[in-house]
Amino acid sequence: MALAIFYVWPFTTLLVEALDATAVADTFGRSQTWKVVWFTLWQAVVSTVITIVVGLVPAYLVARFAFTGRSVLIGLLTAAFVLPTVVMGAAFLALLPDSLDRTVWAVIAAHVAFNVAVVVRVVGSLWEHLPTDMEYAAASLGASRWHVVTRVSFPLVRPAIVAATTIVFLFSFTSFGVIRVLGAPGTRTIEVEVWRRATQLGDIGGATVLALLQLTLLAVVLAWSTITQRTHSRALALRPVAPRRRARTRGERWFVGSAATTTALVALVPLSALVVRSFSTPSGWSTNAWTHLGRDEIRPGLRVGVDPVDAIANSLVNAAWATLFAVVFGGVASLAITAAKRHGRLIDSGLMLPLGTSAVTIGLGMLITFDVAPFDWRASWWLVPVGHALVAVPFVVRVCVGVLRSVDPAMTDAAATLGASPVRAWWATVVPYVWRPLGVGAALAAAISLGEFGATSFLSRSGGETLPIAIEQLLGRTGTTLQAQGYVLATMLAAVTVLLVVAVERAQTETDRTPGT
Amino acid sequence: MSNLEVHGVRVAFGELVVLDGVSLEVASGESVALLGPSGSGKSTLLRVIAGIVAPDAGIVVVGGVDVTHVATHRRGVGMVFQDNQLFPHLSTLDNVTFGPKLAGVSKDERNAAGREWLDRVGLTGFDDRDVTGLSGGEAKRVALARTLAADPTVVLLDEPLTGLDRELHDRLAVDLAELLQPVTTLLVTHDPEEAAVVADRTVALADL
Repeated sequence: MALAIFYVWPFTTLLVEALDATAVADTFGRSQTWKVVWFTLWQAVVSTVITIVVGLVPAYLVARFAFTGRSVLIGLLTAAFVLPTVVMGAAFLALLPDSLDRTVWAVIAAHVAFNVAVVVRVVGSLWEHLPTDMEYAAASLGASRWHVVTRVSFPLVRPAIVAATTIVFLFSFTSFGVIRVLGAPGTRTIEVEVWRRATQLGDIGGATVLALLQLTLLAVVLAWSTITQRTHSRALALRPVAPRRRARTRGERWFVGSAATTTALVALVPLSALVVRSFSTPSGWSTNAWTHLGRDEIRPGLRVGVDPVDAIANSLVNAAWATLFAVVFGGVASLAITAAKRHGRLIDSGLMLPLGTSAVTIGLGMLITFDVAPFDWRASWWLVPVGHALVAVPFVVRVCVGVLRSVDPAMTDAAATLGASPVRAWWATVVPYVWRPLGVGAALAAAISLGEFGATSFLSRSGGETLPIAIEQLLGRTGTTLQAQGYVLATMLAAVTVLLVVAVERAQTETDRTPGT
Repeated sequence: MSNLEVHGVRVAFGELVVLDGVSLEVASGESVALLGPSGSGKSTLLRVIAGIVAPDAGIVVVGGVDVTHVATHRRGVGMVFQDNQLFPHLSTLDNVTFGPKLAGVSKDERNAAGREWLDRVGLTGFDDRDVTGLSGGEAKRVALARTLAADPTVVLLDEPLTGLDRELHDRLAVDLAELLQPVTTLLVTHDPEEAAVVADRTVALADL
């Protein structure tokens, strides 16, 4: 129902708007459109390929080896993953020399740093379930380490590689925040062009046509991914986590040391640049930007234009509600999907739509739908959190359904033969698996809401700016004084997001130690 | 001549000494059963021989060559794991021909040989079967065929008959004895009766 009101309806409005023949002809007739489409596609493919290749190394590292600082490394990577796109954009803006700022290479570098964690998380978490003895069995049949990886490990973790490829491609293809901060007129994705047409040029028709074009392209990718994953789905994830070992040989120690260091640097260096730049002014180092954060006038006569403190408050309130909406809705939906079996697939695909629809499209749809009487909800406090929750629900569902699907139905049957009623049997065998993914889902939802930029770009109103909006506005100004304020906010947002993730990781480690879970 | 020699092997996991100065020889074509209660380090010894666990001291010699510092895949040691470790993404025949394929044997040749191995372990016609759907006894036979098809110098078996029901256990024990007849084998078990049926000689780990 919620999906119908806040997704299907705006989406239908969008469709109707897009079916305007003049707008379609205008949009497709513009050479600019095709330039944008081509740019979006090639930068996404390049970003994805580099990310997967780079990410498989740390994925293998954390899945197979025990080493000092392992959990810190995972925390760092996870932090990079949940880092808001605007913050990652800001970090690379701070890091790269001016000659590289606002080029496609800056954009791709940010995409890779951002998404490596996806590969490590998705592929690593399946890889660690792959029994080490299976790899030893291959070795005892004459397989070299390379052959073990290519003939046994990769084929078995392939569903995870496909899933990671899909997620990274979707993120890069619909990149918005990174490009708004790091991009230039020549590096516009479809997503940015939709926003530009709708809010800067007032060309709602053109924006909807482009949004629809993007949707069509994404639907193809998602369909491919769903089919491929289903065919290769195996019960691997249900096996216990294989024991991790310390590096034994000199080669292994070298691998662990260099891979861990490089991965940590990929996550740490951009973030450090952010902090450094928040203290930098034309006249040297200063804490000015931090100490003057709450003041509207940072120098006599120089106004920030947005209130950073208000932005922080707005973001926190939005995040609390969005998390609640996303977890309740996502959790119930996941249970429904797995319980309904065949029909569940339909609900599942339906719920993945917001993921494929991109935040900007959701924002655009909600903007043009809820801005007119009798549903003038644009001023409602809950519209932004609902937009955020819509963006977050697919993540909650993916995390939960993945785990729920891998619960062997035979276990429920076994419980039934022991005298448990169907509900009781389901409760005893399925529900214990839900809490963990739900916790992960809640953390993801909160992080997504705090950093959400795409939908918020359409939905937030003047005075209701969230942190990412404030950051983008400040970094877009000239002058290091204003930019330093942007870096301060970006640092704070990064810190809050990271703290959130550390807390969840801690909670999860404790769950691991609880007997019977 | 001994095909497998272990001299003075010592393995400790932290404070816990699992193997302390273990020595053992298995002659060419001989089947030796290693007896001992669970947790006595039998499986660890197999893992040392296979190159999965590095010993803190001692050497392993296979076919007259010191392989202590040689990688698992170059040792010529085939191992049948207690839980088989069949590759779930490959068919039964592809599991069996995994070793020959890596060794560069042509497809026709290795498939013919693989089918022959399936015949010998009593699984004729199982070529395209999904290994995840096999029964415990069938999976064990596939694991055995897979190891033998790779033509190793020494075969190691870790509790090959554990977990099978009585009838299956007895039948497979007899088949194992026959299949392993020409092969240099070291098998680990906690069941003296099983050791007597399958192996030419039985040694207790405690005596080594």
